[in-house]
Amino acid sequence: MALLQISEPGGTPDPHQRRIAVGIDLGTTHSLVAAVRNSVAECLPDVSGRVILPSAVRYLAEGRRQIGFEALSEAAIDPRNTITSVKRFMGRGLSDVKDRAKLPYDFIDTPGMVQIQTVDGVKSPVQVSAEILATLRFRAEDSFDDELFGAVVTVPAYFDDAQRQATKDAAQLAGLNVLRLINEPTAAAIAYGLENGSEGLYAIYDLGGGTFDISLLRLTAGVFEVVATGGDSALGGDDFDHLLADWALSRAGLKAESAQDKRAVLVAARAAKEKLSSTDHATLACPLGATELSVRVTRDQFETLSHDLITRTMTALRKVLRDAKADKSDVQGVVMVGGSTRMPMVQAAVADFFGKPPLTNLNPDEVVALGAAIQANALAGNAGADDLLLLDVIPLSLGLETMGGLVERIIPRNSTIPTARGQDFTTFKDGQTALAVHVVQGERELVSDCRSLARFELRGIPPMVAGAARIRVSFQVDADGLLAVSAREEVSGVEAAITVKPSYGLSDEEVARMLTESFTTAEGDMRLRSLRESGVEAERMLLATRSALDADGDLLSVEENASIQALLLALEATREGEDHHVIDAAVEALAKGTEAFAAERMNRGIRRALSGRRVEDV
Amino acid sequence: MNLNSTDFELFDTPAAMAFDRSALDTRWRALQSEVHPDKFAAEGAAAQRVAMQWAVRVNEAYQRLKDPLKRAAYLCELNGAPIHAENNTAMPSAFLIQQMEWRESLDEARELLAVESLALEVGAHRKTALAGLQFTIDDQHDFVAAAQQVRALMFVERFEADVDQRLEALGK
Repeated sequence: MALLQISEPGGTPDPHQRRIAVGIDLGTTHSLVAAVRNSVAECLPDVSGRVILPSAVRYLAEGRRQIGFEALSEAAIDPRNTITSVKRFMGRGLSDVKDRAKLPYDFIDTPGMVQIQTVDGVKSPVQVSAEILATLRFRAEDSFDDELFGAVVTVPAYFDDAQRQATKDAAQLAGLNVLRLINEPTAAAIAYGLENGSEGLYAIYDLGGGTFDISLLRLTAGVFEVVATGGDSALGGDDFDHLLADWALSRAGLKAESAQDKRAVLVAARAAKEKLSSTDHATLACPLGATELSVRVTRDQFETLSHDLITRTMTALRKVLRDAKADKSDVQGVVMVGGSTRMPMVQAAVADFFGKPPLTNLNPDEVVALGAAIQANALAGNAGADDLLLLDVIPLSLGLETMGGLVERIIPRNSTIPTARGQDFTTFKDGQTALAVHVVQGERELVSDCRSLARFELRGIPPMVAGAARIRVSFQVDADGLLAVSAREEVSGVEAAITVKPSYGLSDEEVARMLTESFTTAEGDMRLRSLRESGVEAERMLLATRSALDADGDLLSVEENASIQALLLALEATREGEDHHVIDAAVEALAKGTEAFAAERMNRGIRRALSGRRVEDV
Repeated sequence: MNLNSTDFELFDTPAAMAFDRSALDTRWRALQSEVHPDKFAAEGAAAQRVAMQWAVRVNEAYQRLKDPLKRAAYLCELNGAPIHAENNTAMPSAFLIQQMEWRESLDEARELLAVESLALEVGAHRKTALAGLQFTIDDQHDFVAAAQQVRALMFVERFEADVDQRLEALGK
């Protein structure tokens, strides 16, 4: 009997028709796109053969923009309009942005997320990130001369809900179908795990341009299980640059006043830092107003200066081991990710802590994108994709505000996702008809020390004596790590729900509006685009349903089978049409009509897992 | 097998306290390999929704089965002796006195060494109490008595968390 294996052959009838799925590493300093070609993951180069795209966007008048190297080379001339390290502002309010006095931007303190005034108008970090993502999307489409099926986009493991949501919004704004958001360290482990065939407990030390992540993963037969994760979403290579820049300025007795000067000193500091990874001294030099800054720095001086930053990463490392109830001797290998791990002092500190040298054989700049590409290929269901499974966790606890500004933890950190948890609450006043729900994320006891994610109200509770109402608040975290919260009064059945977006993300309408206004549609008209997207979705549903019927059709009665066949035919008939609404309706009808079938197939899968037999033996 | 099956049915493991952790882990990974939404990423919304429900259910069961105290509470509930911790705060006075003594020791402990020795003591107590709980459930099948033991152990675990926090604050 033929049996369906969803992520393996059989799903695509035509073996030549591969779905193009890419992995994107949206980094603080630079971004990359990779894809699996001829069963090998590789980073896709631009027309000049460079795989790295600096995460820099320069806005010019009249809606023009420069992205990547072009933008970066203008950063010192036009710092106000050249946005770099935008990842640090994703899902963040103005007060969260450290060092903002040193940054050359005109920040606007908008509720939720900070925005930046440019010559081309006000830009949100989501829009800036979308420019970078769209550039990578076009690069991939040019490489394959085809449309993308979807993308896996990576985020730091330590990103909270607001930062994840902002990243997903940016990807949607760039016209990408997000197959999954995955954590950067996990992506790195995929790249390493598959190449080295390793099993056991691994630590991933990821020090990027602006974020630090540490994750512990257990690798078992194609399953990547994140055991614990931690880090600091505001610690990275940029901090080393700032330290070195400040030190050099104070040595020279100079000050960087203008935006240009601030940028120039940072650029020079970064160059000196990079040089110190291979030599024992460097000179930090740049023009500064009417004078010139030129300061010699030795590696020893730089390492003394940076000591506290390294210590902060080591503290996070110890905390993650404690969370995992693991000893450092349990760790079989340490993977280094992120350009900042090129610094010899970082490698030495990690080697010293674990008593063994870290793994550095993959390019630390590329490894995240490569892992994401492997996962994207598997998610797209391409033939020959490795049968791997990621079991990731949420990095920070999720909870609710209760009386007295205290946090009631609902989902503890390091819970495997997807997950759901409910908690019952009651009213504390006679006749109380509404309940305010305040969702927070963080590890502290006080609401004021945690990040506020969303607020909503459950209204219309029938008046009862205090304590009589039974209000169940349910948290659901999906496989992207994104949270949805609902509240229901059980006696009356009154309900309220929220996808945690409004306080930091963009609403669906805003995304839709920005899509219509943005570059992604400059190439064609909106209606054609919608029609094409609906067509792709219809194609996907037809294929998926047919292969499910091939595999598990025996679960259906003759009537059930006939009704699904009818829905398939109906969808088939709409595909040549010109109205995407008609196609969408037929897709939805097929989705609804196959829900019971999907549940039956899931049951079969569970029985298969319990019988302990491999899929191919059934 | 459906979403309302018990955790034990779902993991095909005896409804008892004694269990093999590594077999449980293996079963969890096998189940997730079948139901995780990633396995249906190339399919339509219906399959995604069902997969999400199942993956959540499997994780919920796994969380409960691998934690001895949660597992015990669940067994009590299945056997008609729900914990209802919020309505059952009455504890034997010997237990309460010991709790107070522990709290005092923690408040007074200024040095890492003192907190560490308290942590060891509480940890040992929890181990013994868990062994007793396993006997009450697996051998005596007395779920009412077991529920009382679970409630007591919940206090112990909460106190242990406070001790851990102190250890963390003291820089261990």
